[in-house]
Amino acid sequence: MGLMNNHGILERHSILLTIGILVVVSIGGIIQMAPLMYMDNTIEKVDGMRPYTPLELAGRDIYIREGCYVCHSQMVRPLRDEVERYGHYSLAAESMYDHPFQWGSKRTGPDLARVGGKYSAEWQVDHLIDPRALVPESVMPPYAFLMDKKLKYDGIEDRLRTERLVGVPYTDEMIANAKGHILAQADPDNRGFDYYDSLVAEYEAAAGREGTVELRDWDGNPNEITEMDALVAYLQMTGTLVDFTTYEADDLSNRR
Amino acid sequence: MTTNQLSVRTGNNSSIIGVSAVLGIFLLFALLMMAFAKDAGMGTQALTFLVLGGGLFIGIGMWAGSLIDRDPFDESRYEDTLVKFGVAASMFWGLAGLLVGVIIALQLTWPSVFYFPEFGWTNFGRLRPLHTSAVIFAFGGNVLLATSFYVVQRTCRTRLAGGMWPWFVFWGYQIFIFLAATGYLLGITQSKEYAEPEWYVDLWLTLVWVVYLLVFLGTLWKRKEPHIYVANWFYLSFIVTIAMLHIVNNLSIPVSLTGSKSVQVFAGVQDAMTQWWYGHNAVGFFLTTGFLAIMYYFIPKRVNRPVYSYRLSIVHFWSLIFIYIWAGPHHLHYTALPQWAQTLGMTFSIMLWMPSWGGMINGVMTLSGAWDKLRTDPVVRMMVVSLAFYGMSTFEGPLMSVRAVNSLSHYTEWGIGHVHSGALGWVGYISFGALYCLVPWLYKRKGLFSKSLVEWHFWISTIGIIFYMVSMWFAGIMEGLMWRAYNEYGFLEYSFVETVEAKHISYIIRMLGGLLYFSGAAIMAYNLIRTALGHGEATELETATDPYAKPEPRAALAPAE
Repeated sequence: MGLMNNHGILERHSILLTIGILVVVSIGGIIQMAPLMYMDNTIEKVDGMRPYTPLELAGRDIYIREGCYVCHSQMVRPLRDEVERYGHYSLAAESMYDHPFQWGSKRTGPDLARVGGKYSAEWQVDHLIDPRALVPESVMPPYAFLMDKKLKYDGIEDRLRTERLVGVPYTDEMIANAKGHILAQADPDNRGFDYYDSLVAEYEAAAGREGTVELRDWDGNPNEITEMDALVAYLQMTGTLVDFTTYEADDLSNRR
Repeated sequence: MTTNQLSVRTGNNSSIIGVSAVLGIFLLFALLMMAFAKDAGMGTQALTFLVLGGGLFIGIGMWAGSLIDRDPFDESRYEDTLVKFGVAASMFWGLAGLLVGVIIALQLTWPSVFYFPEFGWTNFGRLRPLHTSAVIFAFGGNVLLATSFYVVQRTCRTRLAGGMWPWFVFWGYQIFIFLAATGYLLGITQSKEYAEPEWYVDLWLTLVWVVYLLVFLGTLWKRKEPHIYVANWFYLSFIVTIAMLHIVNNLSIPVSLTGSKSVQVFAGVQDAMTQWWYGHNAVGFFLTTGFLAIMYYFIPKRVNRPVYSYRLSIVHFWSLIFIYIWAGPHHLHYTALPQWAQTLGMTFSIMLWMPSWGGMINGVMTLSGAWDKLRTDPVVRMMVVSLAFYGMSTFEGPLMSVRAVNSLSHYTEWGIGHVHSGALGWVGYISFGALYCLVPWLYKRKGLFSKSLVEWHFWISTIGIIFYMVSMWFAGIMEGLMWRAYNEYGFLEYSFVETVEAKHISYIIRMLGGLLYFSGAAIMAYNLIRTALGHGEATELETATDPYAKPEPRAALAPAE
């Protein structure tokens, strides 16, 4: 075969060989990845998606820091048992503001895409402190130390600004009031009282519907804003944003 | 000293200065980052870099000052000291990574005993990336560095290019490992599997990797053989492709130039696609083509036979690297990734079976005419069994990439079993085989300290792998079926935690399997240290051989046709 006889050229020229390799290994990735960046029907049109509030974002950072994704997926597949166990199958739109995504690859524990609201905040706190106190057969590590760690949010404005840089629609008001919004969401009746209205107004406007921002003391300790507050605030909102009453799965633009 | 030698000497001095300059610049960066660190983690990481990089900087200076007239980069000799360092680093990180694996297996088996509420950083979520990175990048990476440096010199019959630069690659890579590992314990991660290190570690690795590519290419450029040997094609594709994957998958914007946190450029579905394009090809190009390069040099050398088929090596090389890149989306079946991408991923994953087996056949059939070595040489047996595991897991992989099968196997322990049959069986055994070859060759010994210890290693580890694989198949298929089981009333039969409870026995067996495998590796480390020291059967070879006086046997260089 002629092609085979000419292979000697590549074997004698290292730069040609390197270029050949680079071309051959580039093709697949380009064809699979590039269309996802510009094809409109990659992400469904939905109502209700909004950026994370600063407290939720800080909680998500703790989720990432502790490696929760190692054991918990956030991707309900459209299979009968999963939809019955976890809820509506996950949409691409639901992770459109997730830099990076948290779909996971292993379920040593259950899927968490729709854990928001499934249990009470108190249950989540108790379970994180000592998983086996509530679920004796669990193999999950204990996270009691989150109760003792005060949430550090000095740089939260920069954090939101960086998110905006990569395309998350945070407004100037959201960034300017980020610290106040953290106080408002974790301590709405006292320290955060002045930011209560601004937090709700800004994020519900972004979501386009009411009732998407929950404000409360999350960890049962109103005096401190702890990492537990942030993590539970995040867990309690996962998968709750999209309004499935207006989502039409059979619409042509949503078929992928 | 002739003029020619003098100019070589000057050229090499410049590489010492170059390395010191680059290191000096980065030490300055680290100092600034430590001074203005936005978070404690960043400060600790910068300090770690200062200590390690500073130690290296001072070490280079003291070493260069002691040289006086001696040319440290004597062009008439191979750079074997560096390969010895690489072998030692491989053994060290291998044992460390396997030990962490055993620890996290214990945590899942007896959570009440092996979790420490007062030490949150020892939780599974932080140790698991430590385990995967330690075995893949620290152990596997050092094996690839050491063997590629050894092989490229032999097959080009020239010294490693770049003088001090290959040493920069080696130590720079160790610093990368150390920063990544301590970072995970500190909770610094971008949560992308097998690409967890944050932006500044990624940048450092990019620099080290580009220098690695240049050292490798530079050595090819001054080769004294007209043809580039097949093992080097595989090493080259590994180095080039990993560079591409690493850069694209780690595109991120730091929140602050003196903070550890960064934000990924891609989000959601695009980020998932990019991650698994990276993740699956870390398997394809780090754990496959790199180790196939080892196969293409060490098996022919060890059995003293030419590679089975030159034609097959060309066909399977190009088809393997072309097809592998497409396989990523099989990690995303039934997810929110558009189905056309899932289908492409599945299709190419199934096609991938053929080039994979092409490589296996080429390796195994190289033993033609030397089959007796399977019985007489446990090192050869280890390498051939590694190919058997390679064949098995590259059949299992395409099977699991079929959507219908994947709906059962995904998210379960089956996936864990699958990667470990590839990692322990294929990557581990071909690496052990190469290390068993390298140490006697590097230290000019007649053989290994003890052949029977190799037998012990082989059988203990093999039983360990079987424990691991079978228990995880059992656990994975069981939980997959339990998740989707319905009772007679049409309700889900099991709660999630019942499936966790059901895996307890499998977890115990898996942990034992890991412990056996770790014990085997410890035996190897002992055997190799005694070999290097010249104990037992590892007596010194009579003649100190000049590499150029005794060229490599043609067998390894000329593929059969």
